[in-house]
Amino acid sequence: MSINQNANASVLPNFRNLGILLRILVIVDGMCLVAALLKTTEPLALMEELIDLSALVQPILILSLLVLAAANTWLHRLRYPYAVATLIAIEFAVTTAVYFFGLSVFTGMGALDRYWIFTVLVTGILIGYFDLRGRALSPALVEARLQALQARIRPHFLFNSITAVLSLIRQDPRRAERALEDLADLYRVLMADNRQLTRIGGEIDLAKQYLSIEQLRLGERLLVEWDAADMPPDALIPPMLLQPLLENAVYHGIEPRSEPGTIHIRIHRHGDRVHILLRNPYRQESERHGGNRMALANIRERLALHFDAEASIKTTATDESYQVHIVIPYLKGGA
Amino acid sequence: MTAGQPLRVLIVDDEAPARNRIRDLLSDCALKMPIEIAGEAENGKRALAMLPGCEADVVLLDVRMPDMDGLEVAQHIQKLDEPPTVIFTTAYDGYALKAFELHAVDYLLKPIRLGRLFDALSRARTITPLRLDALRELKPEARTHLSVNERGRIHLIPVADIAFLKADLKYVTVRTTECEYLIEESLAKLEQEFLGRFVRVHRNCLVAKEAIRGFERATGDDGEGNWLVVMKNIAEKLAVSRRQQHIVREFGKVL
Repeated sequence: MSINQNANASVLPNFRNLGILLRILVIVDGMCLVAALLKTTEPLALMEELIDLSALVQPILILSLLVLAAANTWLHRLRYPYAVATLIAIEFAVTTAVYFFGLSVFTGMGALDRYWIFTVLVTGILIGYFDLRGRALSPALVEARLQALQARIRPHFLFNSITAVLSLIRQDPRRAERALEDLADLYRVLMADNRQLTRIGGEIDLAKQYLSIEQLRLGERLLVEWDAADMPPDALIPPMLLQPLLENAVYHGIEPRSEPGTIHIRIHRHGDRVHILLRNPYRQESERHGGNRMALANIRERLALHFDAEASIKTTATDESYQVHIVIPYLKGGA
Repeated sequence: MTAGQPLRVLIVDDEAPARNRIRDLLSDCALKMPIEIAGEAENGKRALAMLPGCEADVVLLDVRMPDMDGLEVAQHIQKLDEPPTVIFTTAYDGYALKAFELHAVDYLLKPIRLGRLFDALSRARTITPLRLDALRELKPEARTHLSVNERGRIHLIPVADIAFLKADLKYVTVRTTECEYLIEESLAKLEQEFLGRFVRVHRNCLVAKEAIRGFERATGDDGEGNWLVVMKNIAEKLAVSRRQQHIVREFGKVL
């Protein structure tokens, strides 16, 4: 599938994402408020009107979200028009069910078709909103990928690595071969379509290949400590997340020092969250300009695109070390 | 150096593979012109220490190195009695390359090609020496060290150790806790370069803010009072000129 087709295709939002659920809640309740305001602006009457509306709308809303979250995977397998039709059908069913349940509890309920109209209206507006939002973000996703390609892997790294490989060819041809293979793997991933989540195991392997190339030129100045043994390798993370962070750590933490420095990487799962912790030595005065903030901004942006409000990235700089802490939801990937 | 004698080359790069690569290339060049490797250094300080002894004609100098970058090393190299020709090596420095071209500074791009290295070395004997002011322009950031030529060797003075700088005719006296050196630089330019570290207490004197213990009032022969800077670890007191009186208040450390 080409990038363009993909970028313009409509998809339903992920109904299991907290950010999406929040948006739906806010929009529907906002529309309730508008509906109530249309009838009256007198505060007391407005409250009553809102309570009346909520008595039916809230159960429909909550039940819908539960059903949609449950049907999320299945809905996403359908083609978009069918998925939208199914979605509207689900909403009709939920509304009808709640209406008839409401009849047995409340008196003075309006006609069912009024609720149907309201439901179709709200569902239509929401689908339209998420479609527009998706379209607005899609090019951003493509661009984020391009940015990842351009901003990541500093040209310096490529040219210095080639120099390192050239220096090995005469003395240690086998090691030169391995280094070229690592370099090829790295660039293959870098140039791939990096919009889908990927298994963390592969990302860790890639990060290790990257570090072994750096080790080639930096020698014993670069020490690495991995602590990812208790991380399930099937967890999903955005691709090219670790490598740019490690490159930053090498560039800002190791290269400006003549004495050896250690990069610590700890990846672990805590409940339904994956924690990625990266620490490198750091000296305030040796700060090199540019680069750093761009990489972090790019990662922050990609985390937001993939996980909305459910992921976080935090950096802490002390006198001696610099730490990046990323938290993302634990998603299990297929084989 | 005279033609016919081998060209002695010093290799300076913090990355061992880069040094190995240059060594390989130099041995290839040696098939066509007489070349000797004068030595290898993994950082700028080491290179400066080796330079007078190793009698290098050419220094292949990496631009990006930890602690002291190549552009600063090149400035200190110019303090030698007979500075060798400097050829910079760099992997990628978009803006620096333009500046190199502008000032006709010789450089080689990494990975270095045999042909380009050979050309650069062939020209090395006739190349015009680097100009200090051009180097200063290439690297506007403050140096980490000042340097003096002491009996043919380069002595580095860490800027962090400097207590004050005092101008005296053509020279500037650099005073550290232990020693005193004379350098041939302009006080105004030094003030500009190390903005924020030093404060001007007198038309001819810059004092390191960190080295100031406080200020003291003294009465001159004419009966008028003026302020003196009291230094940490140095007995000498420096006069604050009338025009710079305001710094006493700014520091707020009256003794």
